[in-house]
Amino acid sequence: MTDRPVWKSGVTLAVIAAFCTALVAGTWQLTAERIENNKKEWLERSLTPALAGLFFDSPVTESMISIAPPHDLPGTETAIIYRVYAGTEPVAALFVVSARDGYAGPIRLLVGISMDGTITGIRVLEHRETPGLGDRVETTKSDWVLQFDGHSLQDPEPGEWAIKGDGGQFDQLTGASVTPRAIIKAIKHTLTYFESNRDAVFSVHADNPESDINEASQEQK
Amino acid sequence: MMSVSLLQRFKTGLWRDNPGLVQLLGLCPLLAVTATFVNGLGLGIATLAVLMASNALVSATRSWIQPEIRVPIYVLIIASLVTCIELLFKAWFPDLDRSLGIFIPLIVTNCAIVARAEVFASRNPVGSSILDGLVMGLGFALLLMAIGAFRELLGQGTLFARMDMLVGGEPMRGIVLADNGWLLLVLPPGAFFSLALAIAAKNAIDHRRKDARTPISRRARSLNR
Repeated sequence: MTDRPVWKSGVTLAVIAAFCTALVAGTWQLTAERIENNKKEWLERSLTPALAGLFFDSPVTESMISIAPPHDLPGTETAIIYRVYAGTEPVAALFVVSARDGYAGPIRLLVGISMDGTITGIRVLEHRETPGLGDRVETTKSDWVLQFDGHSLQDPEPGEWAIKGDGGQFDQLTGASVTPRAIIKAIKHTLTYFESNRDAVFSVHADNPESDINEASQEQK
Repeated sequence: MMSVSLLQRFKTGLWRDNPGLVQLLGLCPLLAVTATFVNGLGLGIATLAVLMASNALVSATRSWIQPEIRVPIYVLIIASLVTCIELLFKAWFPDLDRSLGIFIPLIVTNCAIVARAEVFASRNPVGSSILDGLVMGLGFALLLMAIGAFRELLGQGTLFARMDMLVGGEPMRGIVLADNGWLLLVLPPGAFFSLALAIAAKNAIDHRRKDARTPISRRARSLNR
């Protein structure tokens, strides 16, 4: 069509690309710190509700260990454990695990367990359950997940760790039975894990994120 | 004289050539995020900002861009602007960003933006192009808000829930009119129904107006799209 030299187009493109890159880089400079702070704040904000009624004085996020699959915790994704201390005394552990058998894919759960094995709080972090039915596991939609606070492996009896419809102790969600079943199963599983690996969970060093907690629990046995 | 044409431009963007209702552009985000009012408003603001900025940049560079490379340049400009908007949202509205998720980066694929760059901004001066971005973006944002409000009200029984994601502060439940709603409207099919109702309502109003006045046939035009 035209016999404009190609190099001219190349130069124009390069100039525009450089300008756009500068624009993005500038915005990144401007926002990077805020975004980092927001991320940390959001993490702390989403973790602390699962520690109801506990005294602790360390930032929760500083004592994180992540365990790559395969592991003995629920779910096939990487599991995360945050150790919570008051001074140097361990007071609780927060588990981020996945309930595999949700209605629409895995449900990412936050399970807080105090040293004596009672639940300090459960929160659903991520899910794809049906809006209006299964999504009532979110605390903004209903109080369903709050009913687990204070329970442990011994209370109720292991056979009663189920929704009422299945002969258990816990309330169900009308119109959604798969979701509660999956969540209860994952909570029970996590409690069992904590009971048998309590010391191993706290003996692993946080500064070594790759540390293999499975090894530590082997030694303990 | 100026104010008359300004009024005309607003009428065009908000009603006669509304990007969502008439041109049916940007339907993917429109259908996906409008389950609540605050989501619609958030994505509306983001799209409006990108549209104004991209129109401004495309128009400012129009005289020295060779026609054969204009499309890659539009893509570059729009993609960079969307990245900037995404970063700004992450920094100042982190909750809203989490709620809108992938649909902020996906503004890149909103055809309304590249369409305005090609049809308008590449042929008009900067000021006029920014105004075009404003009216078209407003038209799109208002439609997002209207559908969001409609679906939230009937689907969830609330209005303006979670406005804290935009204005800060404690989580707000909004105006709660009922505990439950008509679930269908929150689910994806509800988005299609709502948009269909909105388009039908617009056409019905246009029809009535046309009958009232001397018929100027604009109808064929909107039917052909």
